[in-house]
Amino acid sequence: MTAQGTVFRYGDNVDTDVIIPARYLTTSDPAELAAHCMEDIDQTFVKRVKKGDMIVADANFGCGSSREHAPIAIQAAGISCVIAKSFARIFYRNAINIGLPILECPEAAAAIQAGHTVSVDFDSGVITDKTTGKTFTAVAFPPFMKELIACGGLVEYVKAKRAGK
Amino acid sequence: MTMTQKILARAAGLPRVEAGQLIEAKLDLVLGNDITAPVAIREFAKTGVARVFDKDKVALVPDHFTPNKDIKAAEQCKILRSFACAQNITNFFDTGEVGVEHALLPERGLVGPGDVVIGADSHTCTYGALGAFSTGVGSTDMAAGMALGTAWFKVPSAMRFVLKNRFTDPWVSGKDVILHIIGLIGVDGALYQSMEYAGDGLNALTVDDRLCIANMAIEAGAKNGIFPVDQATRDFLKEVGRAQYTEFAADADASYTRTIEVDLATLRSTVAFPHLPSNTRLARDSGDVKIDQVVIGSCTNGRLSDMRVAARLLKGRHVAKGVRCIVIPATQKIYLQAMKEGLLEIFINAGAAVSTPTCGPCLGGHMGVLAKGERAMATTNRNFVGRMGHPESEVYLSNPAVAAATAITGRITDANELV
Ligand code: SF4
Repeated sequence: MTAQGTVFRYGDNVDTDVIIPARYLTTSDPAELAAHCMEDIDQTFVKRVKKGDMIVADANFGCGSSREHAPIAIQAAGISCVIAKSFARIFYRNAINIGLPILECPEAAAAIQAGHTVSVDFDSGVITDKTTGKTFTAVAFPPFMKELIACGGLVEYVKAKRAGK
Repeated sequence: MTMTQKILARAAGLPRVEAGQLIEAKLDLVLGNDITAPVAIREFAKTGVARVFDKDKVALVPDHFTPNKDIKAAEQCKILRSFACAQNITNFFDTGEVGVEHALLPERGLVGPGDVVIGADSHTCTYGALGAFSTGVGSTDMAAGMALGTAWFKVPSAMRFVLKNRFTDPWVSGKDVILHIIGLIGVDGALYQSMEYAGDGLNALTVDDRLCIANMAIEAGAKNGIFPVDQATRDFLKEVGRAQYTEFAADADASYTRTIEVDLATLRSTVAFPHLPSNTRLARDSGDVKIDQVVIGSCTNGRLSDMRVAARLLKGRHVAKGVRCIVIPATQKIYLQAMKEGLLEIFINAGAAVSTPTCGPCLGGHMGVLAKGERAMATTNRNFVGRMGHPESEVYLSNPAVAAATAITGRITDANELV
C-alpha cells in the first residue's frame, strides 16, 4: 500500500482540541467533523486539503483528550497519512484502531517542509520527499499491530476473534 | 516488576511481563461518556456481538454536555440511555444522579486497587490514585472492551516520583505537586510510561490530593499514574463501600527509567499559563494578570475538599467587580454535602454562580464559555488553545485556593496574600 500527497506542516504538541474543537463534539458524523478539522490552528486547512494529502508534525502529535473524533476528522478530511516525530499515546491507539496510517519518524519530521510532495510505502515504512529527493525510514509497526491493520482495524479484529472462538 | 506491571501481569494471566511486551488483559471496568460512548456504541454494533461482556462492568456517564445543552447533545445522551436500557447496564447515571465521571466512579466504589480499567476519556488515569491500573483509550477500544472484556496493552516502563516531607504552605495541595512535575518534565515527559509515586511524603497526601495528581498523568503524556495502597486508601474504600480488592506493590528491584524527587515542603501555589500545562510559574510570581472568569470544579478539583478550600477564602468576601466566578461541585454527593456544610451559601453570598455537576466549561461545552480575548483561571486540567471557548481566549490552571483568591482580587493571586 502506498500514498502520495502534499504536506501540511505543524509543530510540537498539536492537541486534540485544535484538531477538532470540543464545540463540535455534539456530533460524531465524520463529514461534519472534517469540516472543522484543524480550524483553531489553521483556518485554511479545510479549504486547501485534497484527498491523499499528508500532515507532518513534530513531537507529541494528538496530545490531550481521548476523542476518536480527532483521527476520524483527519481521515475524513482526506489525509492519507500523518508523519510525526512522536505521537501522544491515545491518539496513536485510536489512529491504528480506526485504520488511519501514522508513522513515527523524527528524521522525516525534521526535514520535510510544508507544500512538499511526499510518498509513503507502508509495507517498507519508506518515506520519500519527492520535492527534495530525500528518503527516510519510519519505525516499523510491531507484528501485533500489523495484524490489527491487516484485519482492517480493531472492530474487524474483534469480529475475526469471535468467529474463531 | 513495577506496580503497574504486576497488575497487568495478573490481568493477562502471566507470571511476569516486561516493558514493551504486548499483552491482552482482562478488564474490570469499561467507561464511556456522552461524547465518546455514542461512537463506541456504533462500533460495538458493527462487531456483531449481541451483549456486553458484563452488564455490571460497563459504566456510562453522560457528564460533558449535560443537562443536555442543545438538541445534538440530547441526541447523543439518548444513544447512551437506549443502549443502557437495551443492555441492562447497571452503571448508567442520568441527570439527577450524574457527576463528573472521574469523581463519580471512585465515590461509587466502582474502582479499586488492582483493577484494570479502560475509559474512553483521557482522564481515566485518575483511578491510579487508588492503586488501580487505569488508562484512557478511544471509542473503538471501548467498543472492543465492551464486546470482549479485554483490551490490548503495550506494557509500559515507569518513571518513579519520590515525594518527601509534607506541605508547609497551608494553601498548597495535590494540584501543585502535579503542576510542578509537569513543569519539570514537560507535556511529553512521561510519554507512553507510568508515573509511579513513592516516598514518605505520601503519608501527608489525602486521597483527594492523589486523585488530582493521578488525574493529570495524561498531561505529562503518561499512560497512567499510580499510588501505592495505604491506610488512607483503605479508609476511603471502606467509606465508599468497596469491599473486594487486591493490593499490589512494586518489587524492591523494579526498574525505572528515571527517578525524580519532589520535596513537598518547598512547593508553593503554582499556575500553568496558556497554552500548555507545562508552562508553569509560581502564583506569587505571576505578575499583574487580569482575569475575567474563574472556574472551580472538574474531575481535577471539583471534590469536597476543593469546595472547602474555596469557601474558606470566599467566606465574608466578594468576587471582584467584572469577574464571573462559577463553582461546580463534581457530583451530587459533593453538591449535597457542600450544601449541608453551608459552602454553597458562602459561594452565593460571595457573588459566585453555583452549577449542578457537569464538565461544562472545562472543555468549553456550556455553563461558562469564554469570548474572544477573555482570560479564565480554572482548577481544571487543560489550557490548550480554545479549550474553554473562543480560540483567542486564554486559560490558566491552578489549585482551588489560587482560583478563589483570584476571583476575589480579579488578578492571579496566591491565597497567602489575602490571609
Ligand atoms: S471535567 Fe474536564 S477533564 Fe474532566 S472529564 Fe470533564 S471535560 Fe474531561
